[in-house]
Amino acid sequence: MLHQALFFLIAAMCVAGAINLLLQRHPIHSALSLIVVMGSLALLYLLLGAEFVAMIQLIVYAGAIMVLFVFVIMLLNAGEEEHTRGSRMALWFGAPAVAAIVGMVVYVLTSNSTTLREVHLGAWASTTHDVAMPLFREYLLPFEVTSILILIAILGAVVLARREH
Amino acid sequence: MVPVSYYLVLSAVLFTLGVAAFLFKRNIITIFMSIELMLNAVNLSFVAFANMHKDVSGHVFVFFVMVVAAAEAAVGLAIIIAIYRTRETLNVDRVNLLKL
Repeated sequence: MLHQALFFLIAAMCVAGAINLLLQRHPIHSALSLIVVMGSLALLYLLLGAEFVAMIQLIVYAGAIMVLFVFVIMLLNAGEEEHTRGSRMALWFGAPAVAAIVGMVVYVLTSNSTTLREVHLGAWASTTHDVAMPLFREYLLPFEVTSILILIAILGAVVLARREH
Repeated sequence: MVPVSYYLVLSAVLFTLGVAAFLFKRNIITIFMSIELMLNAVNLSFVAFANMHKDVSGHVFVFFVMVVAAAEAAVGLAIIIAIYRTRETLNVDRVNLLKL
């Protein structure tokens, strides 16, 4: 009962933040509502027993990545978005497509509901130790490859954002 | 207790809101943020399935998705800054040439 109440409260917060992202005209308002979505997703991860993922969601996503977004919005002094003929066309053709996508995804995800089980609050929780074990054993090679990816991303960001003389 | 399907439906709704924002928004930074929203929705599915199977591999994949998202955010925002320097606009309708 408590779990259901918590789930619906946090899920409502999450969806409200996502809808607000869609409705706001100014990018800084969209960024702040995206932070709300990410914070409530961290709470959902805690409900699912994923403590490590919840913490890195807060630190990496809500902390680092969103700060980067807010910095860029302030740096470029982004104003309210303007609507053109193309945006109205996107609305007319996009709205039915979006409705079709949500219907299809929900259908596919729930069609084999006989194999889906239930989540019990506190029945299973993974600590940082539990996540670290497979990360540094079975997934050691992908983990090392991501370090190269990050290095290339840093170099790419520096080269792209450099001012040309 | 809550069925796993509730989490999956929430994930689908968040993903679709991300797609909608991607299609309807005209500001390039907001479009980029909607991609982050879609990645987050997929992460929620991963964590829900990890809980259902009592297997932490799903959490490891969420970790990798976050790493890729961080790299993508760094490169993408650098591209946005480069576009703004040459075009002086963030509206995607006005950015219609590939060359700088």
